[in-house]
Amino acid sequence: MATRIAFHVDGVAHDVTVDDPNMPLLYALRDELGLDNPHFGCGLEQCGACTVHVDGVPTRSCTAPVSEIAGTAVTTLAGLGTPEHPHPIQRAFIDEQATFCGYCINGWIMTAVALVAEKPHATEAEIRDGLAGLKCRCGAHMAMIRAVKRVTGAA
Amino acid sequence: MTDLRNSSVSRRALLGGGGALVVGFAAGLPTSSAGAAVATGAGSKILPGPAPDQLDSWIAVRQDGAVVAYFGKMDPGQGVYVAIAQIVAEELDVPFDRVSVVMGDSATSANQGGASGSTGIERGGVTLRYAAAEARRVLLDRAAQRFGVAVDELVVARGVVSVRGDPARQAGYGELIGDGRFDVALQWNGQYGNTLLAKGRAVPKRPEEYRIVGTSIPRPDIVAKVFGRQKFVTDIRLPGMLHARVIRPPAVGAVPVAVDESSIAAIPGARVVRRAGVLAVLAPKEWDAIRAMRALTVTWSQPGPAFPEQAALFDHLRGATPVAHKVERADGDAATALAGAARVVTAEYEWPFQAHASLGPACVVADVRSDQATIWTGTQKPHFAREGVAKLTGLPLGAVRSIWVSGPGCYGRNDAGDAAMDAAFLSQTVGAPVRVQYMRQDGTAWDPKGPASVHRGQGGFDTEGKLVAVAFDTIGFSRTEVDSNESDPRDTLAGQLLGMGTHFQPAFGAPGEAYVVPNRRLAWSVVAPLHDVASPLRGAHLRDPVGPQLNFASESFMDELAAAAGADPVEFRLAHLTTPRGIAVIRAAAERYGWTPRRAASAVGTGNVVTGRGIAYAQRSATLVAVIAEVEVERASGQVRARRFVVAHDCGLVINPEGTRRTIEGNIVHGLSRAMWEEVVFDPHGVTSVDWASYPILEIADAPVAIDIVLLDRPHEIAAGAGEASTRPVAAAMANAIFDATGVRLRRAPFTPKRVRAALA
Repeated sequence: MATRIAFHVDGVAHDVTVDDPNMPLLYALRDELGLDNPHFGCGLEQCGACTVHVDGVPTRSCTAPVSEIAGTAVTTLAGLGTPEHPHPIQRAFIDEQATFCGYCINGWIMTAVALVAEKPHATEAEIRDGLAGLKCRCGAHMAMIRAVKRVTGAA
Repeated sequence: MTDLRNSSVSRRALLGGGGALVVGFAAGLPTSSAGAAVATGAGSKILPGPAPDQLDSWIAVRQDGAVVAYFGKMDPGQGVYVAIAQIVAEELDVPFDRVSVVMGDSATSANQGGASGSTGIERGGVTLRYAAAEARRVLLDRAAQRFGVAVDELVVARGVVSVRGDPARQAGYGELIGDGRFDVALQWNGQYGNTLLAKGRAVPKRPEEYRIVGTSIPRPDIVAKVFGRQKFVTDIRLPGMLHARVIRPPAVGAVPVAVDESSIAAIPGARVVRRAGVLAVLAPKEWDAIRAMRALTVTWSQPGPAFPEQAALFDHLRGATPVAHKVERADGDAATALAGAARVVTAEYEWPFQAHASLGPACVVADVRSDQATIWTGTQKPHFAREGVAKLTGLPLGAVRSIWVSGPGCYGRNDAGDAAMDAAFLSQTVGAPVRVQYMRQDGTAWDPKGPASVHRGQGGFDTEGKLVAVAFDTIGFSRTEVDSNESDPRDTLAGQLLGMGTHFQPAFGAPGEAYVVPNRRLAWSVVAPLHDVASPLRGAHLRDPVGPQLNFASESFMDELAAAAGADPVEFRLAHLTTPRGIAVIRAAAERYGWTPRRAASAVGTGNVVTGRGIAYAQRSATLVAVIAEVEVERASGQVRARRFVVAHDCGLVINPEGTRRTIEGNIVHGLSRAMWEEVVFDPHGVTSVDWASYPILEIADAPVAIDIVLLDRPHEIAAGAGEASTRPVAAAMANAIFDATGVRLRRAPFTPKRVRAALA
């Protein structure tokens, strides 16, 4: 009953063979493909630590069934930019030193990237609204707001 | 201890073996040996650990002049390793980016106590400072011999020693180190843990000479994290490794009486481990372990209620017979003075159980073999985890290695210690490497908890309105129902569920603020745990252990006393302080805020939205903090918005100002989350707050509008901790600001909209 599912991750074609098509994408990325940067935080879409983009849309990979990913292009934090060519949000997170343990960072950066793509001049209120629902236990919120404001130019 | 010299030689030999332990990192990045150990086969060489009385155990200089500092604590994510590298670079006179910090591996660093009590720099950094200074002294001695000059004829710049006035005669540290060893003994005080201290003959620099210490060097680890390249403990994989999930009982005290293994027969490779109260499933693939956890049919015993109804929690505390009592401070005779006072003010405050609830539930990988064991853990106490695994498995301590790897932020005794024992037990049982990762409910419902408490303040004024007596009494659950580290399996769920017993230790604490009142008594009592064995409400250390609850009560009460005296809250505090640094932080906060004196709640607005300000002061060990909160309260909804915090912070010498500011911001936000939102929910059979929906924490919408920080740098004072102190006064500052805005005093945390709305009704 194994099912073969093909999709792209960070520009590279992959396929995985799974027994359970309802297996969340997170386990395909981590366990099958060894792409560890999305993290398990809750398995309930409540925190964001597992966030990736699926065809550009921030998606909680801890619940998204891998079968629904077939044929899509997945982008993880590791595929977003490089130290040589960082995404502006990545650059801003470095400049603002906007994380502590870093375990939650996929959710914040991947969501912020989509936010600034949609609202390049987002205000602070729009930034807070756009990042709602993400969790950070170490309290990097102030620096993360400053980082996104750097990119949108919000006062 | 084992042969000291051999331990050092062995470590050097391993380092020399292709540089296995520390290759593959950018200069300045923190490293652990996780990747190399995985690559070379886990546990292939268990080492007794470096000897604290050898300089080589703390500092290594490579032939290219790069410096490695071996730090026996770890960094949960606030960048303390950067400060350690700055201290080492400063004393050695090498550039910061020539220093890397290896930390938290029992094979390569001495036990400095792990992350503990904000002592990373205050204590952990001290030995590194002495060791780096001694390393410089030894290298200069060697240069003096080489060049045939006196040491005071030498100068050092960027790790290169030259003869003064003759720069052609020079040698780099790499050349001078020769075979790579110092072979120099240090004076060690014989202690392990936080109190470990080792010194050489060298005298460290004076603060006036600092050029690297005191600068805001950014954290290299953030670059790795931002690009998704940081490896976490969750990413450790070993050949033949099985994924495990534990199954906690549906009711506290329930044990599995029957397990139907056929219920998971269709899941590839899935199997059950069950012994006493421990129940777990394992499978080669992680998702299969999760499926098996969900599919397994278990019949559980039906125990009676373990807990009171939550609504009765504080009455339970008030009515229970204490098992321990301690008077922490007794100036004068508070009881007599209160009895004779012209006016007595009394108030009680309540603080709930709070969950550690790390962002990711704990994950530990264990490889336990017949003669040795290795664990990879995100704990903040890796050396103590080693001791716990040795005791649990029956292996000698020297046969166990514990390797810290970055994990989800850890601020006390979180669930990592439990996961270590689960993983070690399961690996030993099945004879294969095991990766345990908890599910969200394991990390929220079943992690150790900050204890609930009730605090009573009594203050007595004389006929002239002078405060003559204060009594402050706490009754609460112990903060060490399980210990602050996992060195004893009885302090973990696995140890308790396997029948190894329990290890209750009664402890609480008293307010640390040095107010001067002629008659002052500070005391605490602790009651028995609600449930003895494997309780999800077991009291433990949570960031600034019992500090927030004590300060919430004592600094709210100070505000109540000020109001009763008709005094301004800032002036009232200043009138009862004599310590210059305490006075200075309060004045600095008031000045930055633009505080104008008035009695609190003397200007309550009449609209739906009212504003107020409140101050709280905290002393934590050698660190002093004053926090002013400015709030906006919407009466109809009960919503409180923290508009602005002003924080004046004195932790002595500041090693890295921007790093300290970020840390303080994190403290304020975490403190605000605990003050406003966090409360463990339970019923008689267990904890029912199991995830972020049922255990809400601060959302970004609720983050303060601004946090304004004044750092009072005191270069000639010790570099004290900043990791927790500013968490402490947040709740009281908020309660005092809400009182100022509304005239209503909140004496029970957290200040959720529902509770505020009810209080204002």
